[in-house]
This record gives sequence, C-alpha cells and structure tokens, in this order.
Amino acid sequence: MGGSRERVLARVRAALADVPADEPVERPSEHPYADAHSEGDTLEVLADRLLDYKALVERVTEADLPGRIAAALDRRGAGRVAVPPGLPQAWLAESSVERVGDTAEAPLSAADLDATDGVVTACAVAIAETGTLVLDARPDQGRRALTLVPDYHLCVVRAGQVVDGVPQAVRRLDPGRPLTWISGPSATSDIELNRVEGVHGPRTLEVLLVEPDT
Amino acid sequence: MSSATFLGMPPFPEAAEHAVRDARTRHNLHKATHTIRGKRDAVVGELGDDWARLRAEGEAVKTHTLRHLDHYLERLEESVQRAGGTVHWAADAAEANAIVTRLVRRTGETEVVKVKSMATQEIELNNALEAAGITAYETDLAELIVQLGEDLPSHILVPAIHLGRSQIREIFLDKMAEWGVPAPADLTDDPRALAEAARVHLRELFLRSKVAVSGANFAVADSGTLVVLESEGNGRMCLTLPETLISVVGIEKIVPTWSDLEVFLQLLPRSSTGERMNPYTSTWTGVTPGDGPQDFHLVLLDNGRTDVLADTVGRQALRCIRCSACLNICPVYERTGGHAYGSVYPGPIGAILTPQLHGMSSEVDRALPYASSLCGACYDVCPVAIDIPEVLVHLREQVASAPGHMGEKAMMAGAEAVFGSSTALDAAQRAAGLVGGAIPKHLPGTAGKWTDTRDLPEIPRGSFRQWWNEREEDR
Repeated sequence: MGGSRERVLARVRAALADVPADEPVERPSEHPYADAHSEGDTLEVLADRLLDYKALVERVTEADLPGRIAAALDRRGAGRVAVPPGLPQAWLAESSVERVGDTAEAPLSAADLDATDGVVTACAVAIAETGTLVLDARPDQGRRALTLVPDYHLCVVRAGQVVDGVPQAVRRLDPGRPLTWISGPSATSDIELNRVEGVHGPRTLEVLLVEPDT
Repeated sequence: MSSATFLGMPPFPEAAEHAVRDARTRHNLHKATHTIRGKRDAVVGELGDDWARLRAEGEAVKTHTLRHLDHYLERLEESVQRAGGTVHWAADAAEANAIVTRLVRRTGETEVVKVKSMATQEIELNNALEAAGITAYETDLAELIVQLGEDLPSHILVPAIHLGRSQIREIFLDKMAEWGVPAPADLTDDPRALAEAARVHLRELFLRSKVAVSGANFAVADSGTLVVLESEGNGRMCLTLPETLISVVGIEKIVPTWSDLEVFLQLLPRSSTGERMNPYTSTWTGVTPGDGPQDFHLVLLDNGRTDVLADTVGRQALRCIRCSACLNICPVYERTGGHAYGSVYPGPIGAILTPQLHGMSSEVDRALPYASSLCGACYDVCPVAIDIPEVLVHLREQVASAPGHMGEKAMMAGAEAVFGSSTALDAAQRAAGLVGGAIPKHLPGTAGKWTDTRDLPEIPRGSFRQWWNEREEDR
C-alpha cells in the first residue's frame, strides 16, 4: 500500500499550501485550563460521583481492608473470584473465597473468566470529579480481560491514588500501557438517551476507598 | 440480513417533507434531544468558566494538528509501528474496504465483531464484508438495533434515536433469532430488560470472536495510542478479547500529544452523553504481550478528507469530535430526524461535512447546506467551536455560483418542508434573531453577495441556551 501512503500525504501537503512554510510544527502546550474543578474533600467527591453512577462505595482503613473485602465478597455471595497475579496477598487473607489465579504462564480463557463470580483488583489512578478509576494492567490489576468478563468488580482504591481532575490523571499515566478508564458499572444511553446501568461489562462495581490508619 | 444504504435517497427538501409528517419519530426525537440537552447543560455548567477555556484549547489543538497534518500522520505511523502495530493507508472507501477484507480473510475467520464507528459506516464496510462472505456483527446497542431492524442510522452517537422503547422491543423480538441468541419471549419495553436482552444476545459472540473492527475517537501521534470512548463494555470486549484488531481511523482524528487528552477527555463526554465521564474509555498502544489482540492494524482513511482540508473555510469541519451536541440542539434536526440528510453524518455537522467529503457532486449534497435556519445554536454548543453557520453560508455560495444553480429554490423548499407549521417557523425565526452573534452579517469575498441582500435582525444579549431553557420552563 506504499502508493496510497504517498498519495494521501501528497494530497495533504497540497491541501495545506496556504500554511506558511516556517510555521512551527510543534505547539508548546500552555494548559490554559484548570487542573480540577470540584470543591471539597477529594475522597468525598470521589465517593459522591461513584454513587451517582450507581457504584457501591465504602470508606475503609488500611487495617480493616482484608475484613471489608471478605465482607463484600460474602454479601455478593461470590464463591470463586478471579485474582490478578500481583494482588497483595493480605487483601484476601480473611476471605474463604476460592481464588482463580490468572498468570502470564497460565492465562484464564474468556470462558474461564465468565465462570467466575467476580474479580478483585487494585487500580492505578482515580479521578474524584468524574468518579473515574483508571486501571493500567499492572500485576495488582491484571490484564484487561480480568475486569471485563466477570459480572462483579471489586476495586480497591488507595487515598494516594486519587487526584482531583482529569488533567492530573493524564499526567500520572503511561500511555505505553493499555489503560481502562472506568466510571461506574457498564451502562447505555442508547434507549431514549437516558442512562441505564448494566450491559456488557461488569454490572456491579464496588469500590473500597482506603484511607491510611490514623 | 442485508445492510441498508443511503444511496439513492431523495434530497433534503423532499426527504424532510416526508419526515416531518412522521409523528411518532418526531415524538421520539423531541423526547431524546430534550433529555440530552438538559444533561449536557448541567455537566457543562459544572465546569463554569473553564468550559470556554477547554473549548478554546480543543479548537487550538485540532486547528494546529490539521495545519501540520502530514507531519503528524508520519509521526503517528512511526509510533504505532514502533509499538508493534501495522499501519495501512486508504485513499478512499473502496481501498479501505479492500484492506479490511484482506486482513480478515488472512485470519481465516468469516465473522467479525464491531465497535461502533462512524468511519466504517461512512465507507459501508459491512456491505463490503458481506459481499466477501464475512458477517459483521454490530455490538453497540443502538447499532445493533439499526442492524437488526435493517434500518439506517439517524444520529452520530445514538443511531437508533428515532426509535422508542416499544419499537426496539419489537425489533428484538422479531429479529434477534435470525442473528443469534433470540430475545426472551416475555421481553418488556423496560430499558433495563432491553439492555439485558442485548447482553445475552451478544455474550457468546464476544467470548468466541477472533477478529474485531473498530474506529477510534483519538489517535495520539507522539505515543501511537488509540482511544475509544464508550458506555456498554462492548467496545472493551472487541478491543480486548479477539486475537486480531483492525481500527479504521479518519486522518483527522489525530492529536499531537498524550497530554492533549487532558482537554478532549473533558470536552467529549460532557458534550456528548452529558456525563462527567462515559462509563468506559480504552486506550492502547500497538500490541501488549499477553494482554489483548496480538495482531493490530491501523487503517488511515482519507476518503475525501483532504478535499475538505484544501478549503480554508470548510476545513474547520475536520475538527469535529463526533459528540452530536449540534444535532441535539438543532431545531431542524429535531423536526426532520437524521434520515432526511441522506448521509451517515446528519444534522448541522453533516450538512457541512457530507457535501465537502462528497464534493457536492449530487443533488443530495448540494441541498444539504440549505438544511438549516442558520440560527447558530450548533456553533454555540460545539466543543471545538466549529462555526457551522459560517461554513453553511460558504457552501451555499459555492452552490449558488455553480452553473445552473438551484440554491435559492432548494432553500425555500427546505424551509417550507421543515417549518410548515406556524409554531415551528415562529420558533426558528426567534431563534435566528436571538443567537445571531454566531452569524456574520457580512461575509468577505464573493459570499458577501449572499449576505449583502439579506438583513439579519439586531442581536440582543443572552445565549441561545438561556432563551431555550426559559422557553421550556414557560411551557
């Protein structure tokens, strides 16, 4: 397809004949907009926005985390949960749930994942004002399919991972990694333009917001 | 199970005259567009003055990119290849369809799952694949409704916006069985039940599919990252589970740097679905070992875009990020619906983009610049500040200056068709008067002939939206 490459580029250059040859091709970004817009406590704003999307949210302490994870999985009635390879072992220490591990050597198939009751992961960054969790597929989150196929996603967010606004999150993230930005459970606005939760992705998103022990 | 086509549709005045008589469609459109306007106003309002700054920055980034598009295309190609992807260039629809068909055939598969994509709608990829014996399954809920109903898309974001819940239920009951898992016999028209039916219908297909076709909302030149915004998780399914991913992306979708997403990931969801953020956004850069498709192809599509780029007034249409806010606010669109525009790009943006992409070669294309009352609401809501009225007038001038033009006649026919009722005409006239700030009274150059003979009323203070909302509250 080399011919078309040159043809398209030649057409582009011909179309831009009016652009002065010495106009700089680099545009220094001046970021003339705010880093964030929400007022108030960052974690409170995040919790509020997540609830607005009909996610389940709990504020927990580091010490309580294993117990609260176990309680959440119990409430859900989850028997078998998918576990990314680098999930901190302590997190599931108080749960009797069956762990279905996903590793690079023995990855779970889509059908395997479909047969689990849920998945427990960490996240990379969370954005308070938009109620967004960003996963970057590191070992404590696993590859992208893990948080997609199971119908229940329990995500642990640490206070230090939460930023106020979208620009701050973009700056923290590495575009070289596959990223999934999650704002609530799967939903659609396709029927009469009203949001309805629960389509192909996890229909239940539960978030545990971890604050440092005081 | 054939796909419908816009080919052979009548020009706007004729199509509009028919469309405005369809009371059910008008009811559906009124309900949907008014719902989304309210949501959009609320989440845009949350950002206060910063919305204007984000909008100006979005405009500036896109304008800059377009002015150096050759540079950024080459940079994007290099970045994607460095990350393990393969880049293809398609000068037109036929070439893009041939590339995708060849790539699918090479896998040995005869079915593909699709993420909603305007570019593949534009090139009618599904028809091309069907002719090659390959079944393309649309997985976005609204696209699925349109595909099952053998219908045409009528909106950029929600292609089935012209259908209400009871019609969607009927289509699911009638057609799902032909394509795969049938709808449950006791299906109700509760939106939750309809969403559940779509989930069950597509579940097994997602889990077994080996090839996916997508578009992209943005392609980042410096990192080679592609970005898809969606809601349902069908996009994630297609972008994550298959072995091969083919993304067909218009050459205008480029942004220079990763940090430019700071702007567009705020502008697009708020302006589009009226959400602070859409449920899911996926970004990927080439191939990631052990995670997602291991064979990734990017097809860069021209298909008329360089012709648009060559027009120094019209090229601003290429800034469009396909949010649909201009459709949702447009008094003409609200009355005619999307089908009357005879193109996959309906509404105000379609009225300037389609004729430019096609080169105004047909009567349908030449009528489109007149499918507007020039009220300016579209410019007001555009998150990248495309001056749609300016381009409409510019294109009218081109139509009018062509030999044997029908411009004035076409416009009058369009106005009569859309605003046949006195209420509607009155509303449009008031709209035109109140938002005239977006409309230049006198245009430079030869287009000035058009404006010189037409008076615009004095413009009072206050935005279109303020007026519109007050009007709605008074009802």
